[in-house]
Amino acid sequence: MSRLGNLGARLYRGEVGYDFVGKRKLWYGISILITITAIVGLAVRGLNMGIEFKGGAVFTTPKTSVSVAQAQEYAEEATGHPAIVQKLGNDTLRIQVSELDTGEANQVGRQLAEDMDIPAGTINAELVGPSWGAQIANKAWTGLGVFMILVVIYLAIAFEWRMAVAALVALIHDITITVGVYALVGFEVTPGTVIGLLTILGYSLYDTVVVFDSLKEGTKDITKQTRWTYGEIANRSINSTLVRSINTTVVALLPVAGLLFIGGGFLGAGMLNDISLSLFVGLAAGAYSSIFIATPLVADLKEREPAIKALKKRVLAKREAAAGRGESAEDGDVEHHGRPQDARQGEATAAGAVVGQRGRGRGRPSPGRRR
Amino acid sequence: MAAPKKGRKAPGGQGRPGRTLALMLVVMAALVGGMFWSGETTPRLGIDLAGGTTITLKAEAEPGKESAVNETNMNTAVGIIERRVNGLGVSEAEVQTQGRENIIVNIPKGTNSEQAQKQVGTTARLYFRPVLNVLPAGPETPEPSGSPSASPSGSPSASPSGEPGEQATDGKDTATAPSGSPTTQGRAVTGALKAPSPSPSGAASGQPESSQSPAPTPTPSGTATGSALEQQFAALNCLDPKARANAGKDAQPEQPTVACGTNSIGGWEKYLLGPAEVDGRDVDDAKGVLDPQRGIWIVQMDFTSEGAKKFAKITGKLSQQPSPMNQFAIVLDGEVVSAPQVNQTLSANAEISGNFDQQSAQDLGNILSYGALPLSFNVETVTTVTPALGDEQLKAGLIAGAIGLALVVVYLVVYYRGLSLVALLSLLVSGILTYSLMSLLGPAIGFALNLPAVCGAIVAIGITADSFIVYFERIRDEIREGRTLRPAVERAWPRARRTILVSDFVSFLAAAVLFVVTVGKVQGFAFTLGLTTLLDVVVVFFFTKPLMTILARTKFFASGHPWSGLDPKRLGAKPPLRRSRRVSAPVDPKEA
Repeated sequence: MSRLGNLGARLYRGEVGYDFVGKRKLWYGISILITITAIVGLAVRGLNMGIEFKGGAVFTTPKTSVSVAQAQEYAEEATGHPAIVQKLGNDTLRIQVSELDTGEANQVGRQLAEDMDIPAGTINAELVGPSWGAQIANKAWTGLGVFMILVVIYLAIAFEWRMAVAALVALIHDITITVGVYALVGFEVTPGTVIGLLTILGYSLYDTVVVFDSLKEGTKDITKQTRWTYGEIANRSINSTLVRSINTTVVALLPVAGLLFIGGGFLGAGMLNDISLSLFVGLAAGAYSSIFIATPLVADLKEREPAIKALKKRVLAKREAAAGRGESAEDGDVEHHGRPQDARQGEATAAGAVVGQRGRGRGRPSPGRRR
Repeated sequence: MAAPKKGRKAPGGQGRPGRTLALMLVVMAALVGGMFWSGETTPRLGIDLAGGTTITLKAEAEPGKESAVNETNMNTAVGIIERRVNGLGVSEAEVQTQGRENIIVNIPKGTNSEQAQKQVGTTARLYFRPVLNVLPAGPETPEPSGSPSASPSGSPSASPSGEPGEQATDGKDTATAPSGSPTTQGRAVTGALKAPSPSPSGAASGQPESSQSPAPTPTPSGTATGSALEQQFAALNCLDPKARANAGKDAQPEQPTVACGTNSIGGWEKYLLGPAEVDGRDVDDAKGVLDPQRGIWIVQMDFTSEGAKKFAKITGKLSQQPSPMNQFAIVLDGEVVSAPQVNQTLSANAEISGNFDQQSAQDLGNILSYGALPLSFNVETVTTVTPALGDEQLKAGLIAGAIGLALVVVYLVVYYRGLSLVALLSLLVSGILTYSLMSLLGPAIGFALNLPAVCGAIVAIGITADSFIVYFERIRDEIREGRTLRPAVERAWPRARRTILVSDFVSFLAAAVLFVVTVGKVQGFAFTLGLTTLLDVVVVFFFTKPLMTILARTKFFASGHPWSGLDPKRLGAKPPLRRSRRVSAPVDPKEA
């Protein structure tokens, strides 16, 4: 802990800081690149929809002693698709595989009979329709739409519209990337995947809101000071919650990573892979986007506002004047990492008093803002 | 230092942490106790985790309509059956077609499979019944409130016969008699004929046609059934889902019945209904369309030629009645889906206007078309199925999950040291609460824990832990400011609280929207997410915070022991701004 704890302390005091906002063009570029890759992947390879959406073939065996796991192995070998195997009450097996037409189904049926050592022709092959109908999928989409609208309204009220827009962009970014990864990896999309996506939507916004909350607090009285620009304060806000972000992401990702890499990788838990992959990619993207996309985006939007623009001008002018007078580099240090130690005391007072970053209990939120 | 254990409470209002904590433990004990007492010690598992029952249905077309067994109709039937088995909540049954003429329905273990079999085995029954009386769902207070209303281009029918009170009595009379007495029905039909109606048939021929299956049963039982029905109607409570489901379930079309339905603003109402006059097979086609002239959504219905005759008759009759008896109820599977008023006699095509939006207009259109489905289903086989997620997969998943959780514990301990105790206890409390509530709610709302729900719970670990992490980091920031632990714990709280509430609200919003809008598995997932989010807030407020307050009084934490995770030196606290001493020295709590 000590090293990270120490880092936390230095981040908190602004002794070290990573310039998330200043280098935003880089992050935007990276994200656009990833998103384009995702979209191209989606366009070229398409999504591999599972049996729940598209239907497929179902094989019913006569009474057999072949185990479920064994049958699953045979079926996946014979078809190349993940199979759902269930044992029915009378010791027969029901094997469902996606993406087969009648001809293929019959062939696979014969292959299965051979593998399982049961007379050919006793395996019954039929096509099944989707169990996760278009209706359910449509309702999920409707839910997504309604939710996005409500969230934008909520964020616009609780914070401001710029943050609502930025949060929405970050959300779409996360979902696009996750869907793109599915297209590229070629995993079958199951209801679990869809639900994984919906989970991400909640989490991505949740994470963004935590960062925004700190940003809002940091920029409360921004126009009353001339020390920092909006972008710099936004950067500080990210840095001061960075330890929280790292810890939360680690804690959220560890169980999912367990499912994905240990469960899926070594133990071969097929169906779990679908969900844990979408969760893993989505959670990681969600954590990334709240820091690297959402907040810089807010700073970008905000710095277009006349008051904030004027502030930036004042701050820069003041710094120039200070530099002209040959004072210490403290104020002119736009990047403000590695600020000289001796300036610490003054900086802390300034930031504490003016920016309200350290809110000494007086910055209690008004009750209206809570919920 | 020697922090005084009790007695000296800081004057700042930090409540009574001990009491809050005790209360929380009592609630927890009650929940766990309730769980064991009710015998529901495990959550009901979904079909993918526990298996269940699979029912195979075979479609049978009506004689002469063999081509009815086609893909479109089968898919429509899947929609109807899905609606029925999942209608009561989050039971997460799966419905799919198999082959050309079979539908398989998978029902999770623990659902009453006999009841389910009955539900899925019958065809959708759609009837148009005259409304005899409408009351709000619960107890009495007669008030035939704002019902869906308004039918097309109204020529408001002029029959101001008598005042409402009398009419209500009349209605009851009709309710008492009609099941048997031909006179009453005859009178009703004659009444209809007075209207300017294209309906050709006379009173005599009209009567057998009007009740859909010609069963003019003998009179004697009539009155008895009627008054029994009256009582049933008075007793019916549509706010109770069970009563709602049973109301009018086994109603014979030629008998009057009671039923529940929602009005235009979504509130429940109960209906006393006359015998069915038109049934679903009389509807040729129905769809929700946007009326370009008025710019509102309406439902257009086309009747078969026979249906048109019947419909003309019922509407002609109804248009002469005062409200609420000028409504006809569209009853699907014993539930009133809509009860529009009739203002004039209508025939072959009719439209229903009212408070529709696109969704509700199209839904009603679908329901009306479904009722026209010329298929019936026979139950072919009923057998158990093992879970779709095999035993070994489940085991692998559990092992992997356990490893993941262990890693979380290790990480928290390494990073937060003593504080991780708080985090882990809070996670544990939250886990116990989630588990017991899921077990208790299983039977109550038909909730079944399936794989997606488990995933919701896993992600919830992250969201729950985040609340502690936000709070801990705030406390540490305060300590870095040079505060001692006790004021730091209190000062950090309001700010952490706001962050937690704002962000949990977003998460809860997601869950609530999904729960309301969606069905089936997604709904189950939304339920898990919403539940865990709410519990997160509960745990942080009533467990983590009080526990933190109490721990801040112990020597181990207050002195900033290196293993407490709150060592000012390690945190890099700077000297207090207006104080001379360094904080790392044992702190006198009085100074706070």
